[in-house]
Amino acid sequence: MKGPMIISIMLTVLGMTALISLCLGRYPVTLGDLAGFAGLQISDGAAMDDRQYHILKNILIDIRMPRIAAAILIGAALSVSGVVFQSMFINPLVSPGILGVLAGASFGAALGMILAKNWLVVQLGAFSFGLIAVFAAVAMSALGRVDRLLMLILGGIISGALFTSLLSVVKYLADPYEQLPAIVYWLMGGLSAVDGNTVLAASGPIITGILVLLFLSGYLNALSMGDEEARSLGLNVNFLRFLFILMATVISALTVVMGGIIGWVGLLIPHIARMIVGPDNRILLPASALIGATYMLIADDIARLLFSVEIPIGILTSLVGIPFFAFVLRKAKKGWN
Amino acid sequence: MTLIAVDHVTYGYSHKPVLRNISVSFAPGEIVSLLGPNGSGKTTLLKLLLGLYRPQSGQVLLEGREVFSIPPKQLARRIAYVPQMHRLSFGYRVLDVVLMGRMPHKPFFFRYGEMDHQAALGALERLSIAHLKDRPYTEVSGGERQLILIARALVQGADIFIMDEPVNGLDYGNQIRLLSRIADLAQSGYTFIKTTHFPDHALWIADRVVMIKDGRIIADGRTAEVVNKTNLYRLYNTHVDVLGLNGGGRICVPDALRRFGGRVGMRESRTNGGIHKLAQASG
Repeated sequence: MKGPMIISIMLTVLGMTALISLCLGRYPVTLGDLAGFAGLQISDGAAMDDRQYHILKNILIDIRMPRIAAAILIGAALSVSGVVFQSMFINPLVSPGILGVLAGASFGAALGMILAKNWLVVQLGAFSFGLIAVFAAVAMSALGRVDRLLMLILGGIISGALFTSLLSVVKYLADPYEQLPAIVYWLMGGLSAVDGNTVLAASGPIITGILVLLFLSGYLNALSMGDEEARSLGLNVNFLRFLFILMATVISALTVVMGGIIGWVGLLIPHIARMIVGPDNRILLPASALIGATYMLIADDIARLLFSVEIPIGILTSLVGIPFFAFVLRKAKKGWN
Repeated sequence: MTLIAVDHVTYGYSHKPVLRNISVSFAPGEIVSLLGPNGSGKTTLLKLLLGLYRPQSGQVLLEGREVFSIPPKQLARRIAYVPQMHRLSFGYRVLDVVLMGRMPHKPFFFRYGEMDHQAALGALERLSIAHLKDRPYTEVSGGERQLILIARALVQGADIFIMDEPVNGLDYGNQIRLLSRIADLAQSGYTFIKTTHFPDHALWIADRVVMIKDGRIIADGRTAEVVNKTNLYRLYNTHVDVLGLNGGGRICVPDALRRFGGRVGMRESRTNGGIHKLAQASG
């Protein structure tokens, strides 16, 4: 099957999943209601009483839409950065956290929680420390003279460990009755606290980042041949690698800003996508973005509907991801060996 | 005429230079084999030619321009790298691997177009491996993989091919097929600079041999003149005879192994020059 065809099928599936997710919830909304509501947005004539209109507006526009948008953005961003890191490090077992962005963001958010009551501070903390952690990893890698990629991975391990330790310090210092539970819940990942403004603010950079990565995806094929070969093909390897790391880091850090730590998506989805469309990054990247977005939407639907109490989505993605990943490893042949 | 010249180049750490004050130049259409023991510096020389390393002193000049300072894209249109054992990554389609050769001709944000596909297919056809185009390149044989990388180099538009032990790991038949492809391409003007561990391969196709030991060039000249008993001893510290065959061509026969290989014939050879006889008998 041709690439554009597969992508349009995946896009349709994502769109349908989003529509269904919009209907699902404690307050049932039928597709008919949805159509009527959409009709009212365009022209006034349709029949719907004022009270129902306001309930629908509140549920759809204020509650479900931001959440659905967040799930789509987070799923796409984590999956795309997973692909980018896997191709760049020539290693299919690498995840977006490889350079320490998730550890840094966790620390930054926790620090924000004990320093200020302001949610904005928490978000800024998550974003900036995610970037700082990756910067630290890259800086450490420059100290070594041997294999650049290996040094980057080692730098990421060190930086990740450092910020995980710092996170423990913050947890230890936190007030055990209010702050500590807040930190713990936040680290489990979840979309219940997502608000429209955050999603709106994060969506610009995330979409830009994903688009830039999509446009540059052709270079990933060459980069995964190794540095020297890539350079002999005319690539400015250092500049491209900087760009890939920067974009992948920014979009992963923003997922943490919106939904906390949501594990396994960035590792699992690239594998599934690779099994479907093969390893060529030019199609693998968009396919991963769409599959990741759909996966995240479904996971969030389950998280909010399965029990009367919402499950943190990070727990869900890990519990589903781990056995599924074991299964994928068994099946995985196409695309990497 | 000089195409690419290495001019008094030293490279390596100060306490342990890999190459010491090396000068050598290459002409268009030449096949040059770099011979030398492991660690002699031949791979380093290739990387200097590719502009991957910057010489500590001296310079590498492509038609008078310093290679290291030529922008990678421009350089890639002249010099292509055909690496040895590829670290196999993801199983890209063969055609996609060859398409990578079009990158030096594309703008920063690019998509491959019809022309790029035609160029890639053309190169595969030229090397008679078009049937492989949809296969994952991790699943083709070593010889085919080398041909694919040569096809990519052709698509790059390069006229200088740098090859690191191209026949390494290939079976005997594929070694010969690959070397004859290289000889064909050199006929149409491409320059090949390759390292090899087998003096015989140099005798088969190389116009010229450059011998490197401990970071120095110890011999450089026409293959027939340079590959001889004295030089091979200096290079590898082992006695090797280079014998002329009656039907033309030359062959290396290591002294130390003579008494093991083909006992009867070799014993005869001691008495009455039977190697010549054997060579004659076999064609």
